[in-house]
Amino acid sequence: MSGVSGRRRVADRVASVWMLGSVLCALVPLAFILGYVAYKGAGLISWTFLSQSEPFSFTERGGGFWNGIKGTLKLITVATLVSAPVGILAAVYLSEYGRGRFATAVRFVTDVMTGVPSIFVGVFIYSLIVLETGHFSAWSGALALAVLMLPIVTRGAEEVLKLVPRELREASLALGVPHWRTVFRIVLPTAASGLVTALMLAVARAAGETAPLLFTSFGNRFVTGWTDFNQPDSALPLLIFRDARSAYSTAQERAWAGALVLIALVLVLTIAARFIATRRSVRTV
Amino acid sequence: MLRADRTRLARSADRCFQVLVTTFAALVLVVLGLMLARTTYTAWPVFHRFGLDFVKGRDWAPSRDVFGALPFIFGTVVTSLIAIVLAVPVSVGIALYLTEVAPARTRRPLVYLVELLAAIPSVVFGLWGLIVLLPRLQDHVWTPLSAKLGFIPLFAGPSYGQSFATAGVILAIMIVPIVTAISREVIALVPHEHKEAALALGATRWEVLRLAVLPYARAGIIGSVMLGFGRAVGETIAVALVIGGSPQITASILQPGYTIASVIANQFNEATGIHIQALVGLGVVLFAITILINVAGRLFVWRAARGLAS
Repeated sequence: MSGVSGRRRVADRVASVWMLGSVLCALVPLAFILGYVAYKGAGLISWTFLSQSEPFSFTERGGGFWNGIKGTLKLITVATLVSAPVGILAAVYLSEYGRGRFATAVRFVTDVMTGVPSIFVGVFIYSLIVLETGHFSAWSGALALAVLMLPIVTRGAEEVLKLVPRELREASLALGVPHWRTVFRIVLPTAASGLVTALMLAVARAAGETAPLLFTSFGNRFVTGWTDFNQPDSALPLLIFRDARSAYSTAQERAWAGALVLIALVLVLTIAARFIATRRSVRTV
Repeated sequence: MLRADRTRLARSADRCFQVLVTTFAALVLVVLGLMLARTTYTAWPVFHRFGLDFVKGRDWAPSRDVFGALPFIFGTVVTSLIAIVLAVPVSVGIALYLTEVAPARTRRPLVYLVELLAAIPSVVFGLWGLIVLLPRLQDHVWTPLSAKLGFIPLFAGPSYGQSFATAGVILAIMIVPIVTAISREVIALVPHEHKEAALALGATRWEVLRLAVLPYARAGIIGSVMLGFGRAVGETIAVALVIGGSPQITASILQPGYTIASVIANQFNEATGIHIQALVGLGVVLFAITILINVAGRLFVWRAARGLAS
């Protein structure tokens, strides 16, 4: 670049600094947040924290978040069981039959739905279910998470199903296999690992959500049974939110430990999903 | 069974299957419609009683049954604007770096790391923002800022830690991943020929970006900014922890405020009767705002992607 004038060279240099600086602007907060949560949370993580319920007062030491951990596991299990079949079958429609105006509308609405605020989903389920039944319940919370996951699963699954080679479908159809059996025996199994990836990313998103649970699942000091969805139930994000707001250092310490557990859960899901996705793409290409 | 029968059976099974999956696809539309219908129904008494004053009113006093949402709408717009002003230059910088500059080997890990930022739950951002970031911002940024530039109404003191500005900073960090991801998609679609043409004319790397890449990707980047704005508008928990919770309209961004989403989160569980209906009504307003922004943003991104791909 010897022929480049000074001003142009300076502009080029400034642009490089801007771009590299931007990358740092994103990575520094990421490192600070993860580092701080690990540093503050690790001190309190113990078997007690993972196996006991929270104490009765904010100011008390000890206790744990087992009620929230178990609640979160229950909620995301049911939310997945509801949103996975609906989302994947809607995605089958989009990838197998999805041409024309209706399909474009479904795609567009699904994209728009990923932008619906999660607090509004909570308000919606409150108004649809909690007001009708007259009480907070775990299953209303699970349904709120399912609504939140639905567009993520649908769009993610469609992307994956579109990657299944046309030739596979055509070969199956040419052998006289009906379309629906082709979908179940050829298309879905071929895309299986990709579908798992899409689901795990949706679960990771739902597991960290607080806002949709505030007035659906509500929270519960006591640990509820694995199959009991009629009572209000706690969730990890709910406990972190409440303890963060409490202004007592004893409670805030528990919030940090809870944040570490939650981040570990979400990151394990996200990274595992990416790992599965990369392995699959290596195999098919 | 006769062959003709079997073919007919298979065909009708296929037909059933198509109807089945179409129904599930339609369910997505139904859910969105039901969301709007059901919440509007619940909030109807409030809409009916207050009319336009519900969004124009400046006074929010549940104890007196007065509900005016303007301070919350104001807070939502101000915090989201601060987030956009801070996040967009950073996001576009990252997107350009990742698509055009970064060495192939570091590209993928960097993409993952930025996505990881999006995976951190809102409540963790809030916890970190409240306990770690907020006191430092207040001591080292807001206080000196209001001392030096306090004559500008925007930065008038005394500064508070829990403020529009702090919420804006947290939101900015939270929306960087989505603005980056969508900008990156659009920038990646810019035709190689244009970049090569600019290079052949002796353009520097920055000139290639400025002359060949950015003009092409502009519509898509505008769309990504709108989608980022929509995300910031709906963000609840992190904001609820650092906004301060006072429904006021001030010129200074260093004052405590409130947003639509965070007031719903904070007041819902103590509310009864018409107060609940008013909060659901706020939800409808929030939904309407985000849907408008998202529809506009998606249209921008779709049109840009289609224009570039063809």
